[in-house]
Amino acid sequence: MSDQTLFSIFFSAMIVNNFTLALFLGLCPFMGVSARVETAIRMGLANIFVLVLTSLSAWVLNTYILVNAPYLRIISFIIVIASLVQIVEMVIKKVSPVLFKQLGIYLPLITTNCAIFGLAIFQTNRSYDFLQGLTFAVGAGLGLTLALVLMASIRETSELSDIPAIAKGTGLTLIIAGSLSLAFMGFAGLL
Amino acid sequence: MPRETTPAQDLIRGIWEENPVLIQMLGLCPALAVTNTVKNALAMSAATFFVICCSSVLVSSCKRFIPREVRISAYILVIATFVTLADMMLQAYAPVQHKELGAFIALIVVNCMILGRQEAFSSKNTVLRSLLDAIGTGIGFTIALLMLGGFREILGIGTFFDIPLFGSNFEPWVVFVLPAGGFLTLGFIILGMGYFEERKKAGNAA
Repeated sequence: MSDQTLFSIFFSAMIVNNFTLALFLGLCPFMGVSARVETAIRMGLANIFVLVLTSLSAWVLNTYILVNAPYLRIISFIIVIASLVQIVEMVIKKVSPVLFKQLGIYLPLITTNCAIFGLAIFQTNRSYDFLQGLTFAVGAGLGLTLALVLMASIRETSELSDIPAIAKGTGLTLIIAGSLSLAFMGFAGLL
Repeated sequence: MPRETTPAQDLIRGIWEENPVLIQMLGLCPALAVTNTVKNALAMSAATFFVICCSSVLVSSCKRFIPREVRISAYILVIATFVTLADMMLQAYAPVQHKELGAFIALIVVNCMILGRQEAFSSKNTVLRSLLDAIGTGIGFTIALLMLGGFREILGIGTFFDIPLFGSNFEPWVVFVLPAGGFLTLGFIILGMGYFEERKKAGNAA
């Protein structure tokens, strides 16, 4: 059992060890869907939702099922995440078609998002209990959303500025991400 | 099945022309996260190389038995099995590296580069050609990781493979070992490649 306080887990996951900017998890959506602020927010919310569900199911798996077979961890986590996303997709489609339309392609894409899988693995390695895992998931989700929205705002602004032709696209995005990551390093002393 | 490429092209394509990290931007998470030293980069590449080759061979030899509807889940399962194997082997033979890489070994499962090759190539081609394609992609991934790891270790620690390169008065740029350095290094490599591409085009036009 980890003896960190809930607040330090939350703060660490969201700011100091931000999943995207410090641990490089979830880079695909970070590069792919960070062109508009609105889509970035939606992607972030969908991520928080799935992260919380993953944390719950990873805890159930670890506590009741994988105790005797830790070598099946990677395989069972990936199956659970994939089916979870599928179920969530079906439920949302049934309950709220409007939300389903808004989330669109982002929901299935979450399956192969390393942030989700990373969360399950980290939670196991640090042996968080139920509440700690939940806090960790919410913190990580908010951190992802924060990074996505920051990135999208900077990219929206930079669209209007005069950038050399070679720097357009991925190169510029990576340099911006580097600067953001530098800025987030400033929080490192807080914990 | 129409053949557009020769086996040699299958092998070479992944190394530079369609380099998974530098051109296609796949598998960025491991490429940035563990390349603060050359040794870690090498361990990561070796594990990924093993997983992609084994999965490609298995997927291409089983392609007749995998129904189209569940093919993605089937590929993921194959990949997850080999990742578990790689994880155990590293733990047994290179415990130091295993500890340094930590959760990122398990994260090879969600490396989109590997799944991408299964879906785009191995599921449609013969075993041999899939293996060649996997080897090419694996080498391309290794080159990109070693480039990143090399730059970051030389600038950030002042060593290459733990061998000190500069005198004792060298002040290391610590930022290159930190996460921000990963983004910046890859950003500058891509900017540099864009610059040469642009010059080549200008040269051809003139």
